This record gives sequence, structure tokens and C-alpha cells, in this order.
Amino acid sequence: MAPDTRTISLTVNGQPHVAQVEPRRLLVDFLREDLGLPGTHIGCEHGVCGTCTVLLNGASIRSCITLAVQADGASIDTVEGLAQGGEMHPLQDEFSAKQGLQCGFCTPGMLMRAREILAENPDPSPGQVREAIASNLCRCTGYQFITEAVISAAARMRASKEGVAP
Amino acid sequence: MKPPPFAYAAPDTVEEAVGLLTEHAEAEPRVLAGGQSLIPLMNFRLAKPGYLVDLRNVAGLSGIRREGDVLVIGAMTRMAEVERSPEVAVAAPLVTEAVGLVAHAPVRNSGTVGGSLAHADPAAELPAVALALDADLVAAGPGGTRVIPAAEFFTGPYSTALAADEILTEIRLPVWPGGHAFTEFSRVHANFAVVAVAALVELDGDGDGNGDRIRHAALALAGVAPTPVRATAAERALAGAPADAATIRAAADAAATSLSPAGDLHASPETRRGLARTYLRRGIELAVARARNER
Repeated sequence: MAPDTRTISLTVNGQPHVAQVEPRRLLVDFLREDLGLPGTHIGCEHGVCGTCTVLLNGASIRSCITLAVQADGASIDTVEGLAQGGEMHPLQDEFSAKQGLQCGFCTPGMLMRAREILAENPDPSPGQVREAIASNLCRCTGYQFITEAVISAAARMRASKEGVAP
Repeated sequence: MKPPPFAYAAPDTVEEAVGLLTEHAEAEPRVLAGGQSLIPLMNFRLAKPGYLVDLRNVAGLSGIRREGDVLVIGAMTRMAEVERSPEVAVAAPLVTEAVGLVAHAPVRNSGTVGGSLAHADPAAELPAVALALDADLVAAGPGGTRVIPAAEFFTGPYSTALAADEILTEIRLPVWPGGHAFTEFSRVHANFAVVAVAALVELDGDGDGNGDRIRHAALALAGVAPTPVRATAAERALAGAPADAATIRAAADAAATSLSPAGDLHASPETRRGLARTYLRRGIELAVARARNER
């Protein structure tokens, strides 16, 4: 018997998609395997580690404990959508410059969570960043470099918004 | 792992949703709210519902409103919305304080108030809050809606008074006139609490801070029994008593002594009892201090 499927329509990184999915398809598997966007990583598969973090209508979610059918009609942003026109997003640049990653496994989730943090508060304190990224596990960096990268990126993003060269 | 196969529907009305639960009873259907507890269980295959009834398209289940002395929160209201709501902060600051301790922000962006209550984890924050506030939980079933008092709602670990074909639609929280506090101990920030305490205290008199008496206290604990429980021994010890350190300490001792928590990987019965004593004392002290500041 062919598996029961549903049609979902959603926007991923600005691109509209219509797809047939099994109800049990996890959003992270839909993104990676059906749309060919493997930037979003799979870690614990039960909502603890945060490496599968993507934005759903601008809010960070765990895509490993979200069904693809729950994203029907939504706008999803993944790490693949951060760079624009071949230019790295300031968060990506600063993660690289400040060594905010080592093995890189947590990085897609960290970047998307950081993007939400800065959308909510463009000028966070290091303490606020540390508290906010507590949702995402990193076993390499000890978080300090990630915090520094987010703070640097925030300054650049504020400067560019004000029309000053970062 | 991945969830096993299941049939799925996302109906537009509560009536349709209830109808689907009835119609597919043999598939042991489950209601899907935010999925932040259910989907991990399905990934682990600890839950294998044959049918999921997703409430995401049902209009009217999400939202926060004030009806006189009652704050009404729709079952599908996301925890993040509750956390940021100025209306909740004014009418039920205990809820605001507790919801901020539920998991991490990304989970609260999806997770719902109704989902947490219906999941009924014995260590969860919101069930303890509902119990302390004597909330009413509204359920819709084939015969219409009924109101279940929080004191009758939680029947065991992950078990509630909801029938298999009933859906929790809203929670009605009385506005508490006094001080509040939600305190908990967890091994790691944002993990489930080992012990959590919801404390509400109303003071008598016009008090300058000296000689205040406690008119009424409501205390609920999570993590010390198969369901959240009221600390009735402490509530009785506090009622009419002076709002001082000795009274509070004695009340917390009385409550802790009356508990018989189970031990597990996270904490022994003795540890849980000790944590209950300490966090009850801290919770009551903070609620008293806030009750004084309110005046």
C-alpha cells in the first residue's frame, strides 16, 4: 500500500514549494532530503541539542520535533538562506573570524538562533547572548567565541542598518 | 529515530476534531497541539498513535483574554505568546514566571499551554500553576463542553481526566490578588524541574511589613508525586498566621514531612523532600515579599 501523503505549500528561504509528504515526515528530513538542503543538521532527534534549529515565520523551532505538515503555509528560513548574492551574512563572517565554530556541527542551529536573537534585540549584552544560546549545545567552543561572534555581528548589523559601512 | 506511520487530519473546527477522535477510536488517536512532547515520544516510538488530529487549523483555540476576574488562555496559545503577554503579566504573573522556565525559547515558540496541561508531566510547570490557582480546564467532547477543576484534572503521570474523545479548549485562571512566586530546582537550566513550587500568598492588614498576617495561601508542588499536588499542610499552617520567617519555615517543614516522593535517577526521595522544603520556603518568602510590595 502506498503511504498516505499530504500536499503542503510553504516558502523556504524565499522560494515557494509545493510538495507531497507523509504525515510522519519530520520537517528536518523534508528540508534535507526532499528539498536537498542539508545545511540544517540532525542531532539528538528529540528536541534537546538545537542543531536542527530553523526559523518558522521568524521564530526559532526545533525541526526534528516538528512535522513537515505542521509547516504547511509557513515561511521557513534555514542556514542556506543566510548568505545573499555570494556575500556571507555578518553572523557567518563573525563566526568565522572569531572562531565561533570548530567541528561545525552545531553551527547551522547556532546561526539561526542567533539571527532570531538579534531580530528581537539588535544590541544584546554578552550575558543576554549566553542565556539565549543556552538552547543550543556546542561541545567544541565553550560558547565564549560564539558569544563574541554574535556581539560583533550585532554591531555590524546595527551599523549597516544605520547606513554606516560596517 | 523517526515516528512510525500514522494517519493525519487537520480539521477546521472543534466539532470535527472531536468527531475524528470518536470515528478513529480504534487507532488510538492523539491530539497534536505544538508537538513538543508528543513528537519526541513518537520519534522514540514510546507513543505510536495510529491517527493524529492536528488542531493547528481550528479557529478560536488560540488567544488570551480577560473576563472580569478570570484570565482565559486558549489551549493552542503558544508558550512564547504567553511569556510576552502584558495581559498575562498583570492578571497572572505566576504564569509569566513559570512559563519562562519551560524548556528553551525555541520549544516555547511551538509548545502550547493546552499541550503542556494535557501531557501532564508530573514535573512540568504549568500543571502546578493550574493547580495552585484552582484553574478551570474546559474540555469539548461529543456531548458538548464541560469544565474540569484543576484539582480533578491530573489523575496520574501523563494522565488526565480528559476522555479519549475530548479536547482541552481553554484554561480559565482566576486573577490572584496577592503575591506570587514560581521557584524550581533543575539539574541544568531549562531541563525539567526535579522539584518545582508555585506559591500564592494574600496578606491581611495595611501592613508596614511588621505584624502582617497571612489571609490565605495556595501552594502547589511538581516533581514530588505522580501528579502535581497542593501542599495543604503548609496552606493550613499559614492561614491566619503571622507572615514571618518562623511561620514560613514551619509551614515548609510541615509540607515536606507530609510528602512521600519516589526516588529516581535524578534524586532520591530524601533529596526531593529536602528540595521541596527549601523551595517551598523560598517560594513563600518571595510571594510574601511581593504581596507587601503590591500594597
